Amino acid sequence: MKDGGGQSIIRFEEVSKAFGPKVVLRGMSLEVKRGETLAIMGPSGIGKSVTLRHAVGLVQPDSGRVIVDDHDLSTISREDLRELRKRMGYLFQEGALINWLSVGENVALPLRENTDLADEVIREKVEEKLALVQLRGTYDLMPPELSGGMRKRVGLARALVTDPEIVFYDEPNTGLDPEISMSINHLIRDLAERLQITSIVVTHLVSCILVVADRVVLVDQGRVFAEGTPDEFIRSQDERVVRFLAKPYD
Amino acid sequence: MAFLEILNGAFVAAGYRVDLLVQVVGKLGHLPRRRGLVADQFYVGGIKVLHVVLLVGFSIGMVVSLQTGLELSRIGQQDQIGTLVALSMAREMGPFITSTILAAAVGSALAAELGTMAVSEELAALEVLSIDRVSYLVLPRVVALAILCPMLTILCDTVGIIGGGFVARSQLGVGLALYYDTVIDSLQTPSKLFSLPKDVYAGLFKSFVFGIVIAIISCSAGILARGGALGVGNATRSAVRDSIILVIILNYFMTWYFYQQ
Repeated sequence: MKDGGGQSIIRFEEVSKAFGPKVVLRGMSLEVKRGETLAIMGPSGIGKSVTLRHAVGLVQPDSGRVIVDDHDLSTISREDLRELRKRMGYLFQEGALINWLSVGENVALPLRENTDLADEVIREKVEEKLALVQLRGTYDLMPPELSGGMRKRVGLARALVTDPEIVFYDEPNTGLDPEISMSINHLIRDLAERLQITSIVVTHLVSCILVVADRVVLVDQGRVFAEGTPDEFIRSQDERVVRFLAKPYD
Repeated sequence: MAFLEILNGAFVAAGYRVDLLVQVVGKLGHLPRRRGLVADQFYVGGIKVLHVVLLVGFSIGMVVSLQTGLELSRIGQQDQIGTLVALSMAREMGPFITSTILAAAVGSALAAELGTMAVSEELAALEVLSIDRVSYLVLPRVVALAILCPMLTILCDTVGIIGGGFVARSQLGVGLALYYDTVIDSLQTPSKLFSLPKDVYAGLFKSFVFGIVIAIISCSAGILARGGALGVGNATRSAVRDSIILVIILNYFMTWYFYQQ
């Protein structure tokens, strides 16, 4: 595991966000180093996914700043944000596949739209990523024919097909059986180590953070209240960490 | 307070629609890349509703012919029934009926489709993938409906006139040759702008505008949908309602523009 001592690539500075009367983030600050895998843990509905959405500019903070690779996402131009996002991958909770496109077309979509690669090269890359998530032979299936876990893995293949520098995983294990879930955890770990991908993983599974994370932050009431390596985390004597880990999530 | 919120919401929605239209116009250069998606929309918005347009157009032509024919026959002018049916269909009934069918059948489907994409995070996924959703989703739908609506209007006008002729002959005793002669005579008024007769191009121009209006309103309703199935239902309802209202209002102003003395 890395020590996380490198250069910061994602930084949240006192980010606050409310949706109507519901305050989700209250001065959230965190930092992710280049090549590091940060896991964000916390109970359901406390803004873990909203944090990820801030990091890709899908949501703007009410106050505070989100800095990604020296770009302030509140002031970045639309064109620069588009270019920045081309270096990112994002796994949505439910996969977010385009329903009228086949599995292969879904995975190929960012390559078809944003590159000039030949069809054969795109097909090759798509097949490679589908194999990576253990979905060989599914190129022509349509999303309604897939189980929830398969959709998620297609979403993961799509997130990885452009070989991004930064990948955001929103609950990568939800809906997967334990075996596939563990293989996805190892895939995330392997990608991070082999390709030096920076990752943020939102999860509530301790089994996930033990495999994938270099560092863990525990979020509650809209801010980070505990931080450390996975080992430090599970050995923590902090009452709130102990209480969180005692809940039967895993 | 609630009234002000509704008013504010209406202004925001109107602003979003205008902005969407401007963006679509700005991305017309992307059309060659999107020809496949436009063709898909032709199938969804054209072929799938063709039978409805033909059936309703034929029936409306019959009704117009019967209603006006009965009145004309009282004053001995039933020979002019072809003129009335042709002008009614070309100027008003064809464009209005076609756009109403498209709003109900295609606009609702567009709003539901994009609304479902919005609530299931597919639109967010497109954004994160750096795919321009206006170019990828909205442009093909607007272009397809802008072309389809006039094409379907021509068919609606034609079958309406045929339906009117059927009634003229069977119910009013007007010969088909006379009926079609009066139809053709009535559609000869030359226009200043195009080689098409004025009544035909005015109706087709209206249809072109209606097609754009339906597509923009339906797409914006879908994109702005929030809150699961309920939100998609609301988006679909507002798409059809707002499309038909705007079609009726614009119809008046365009009729006034084309036919003012």
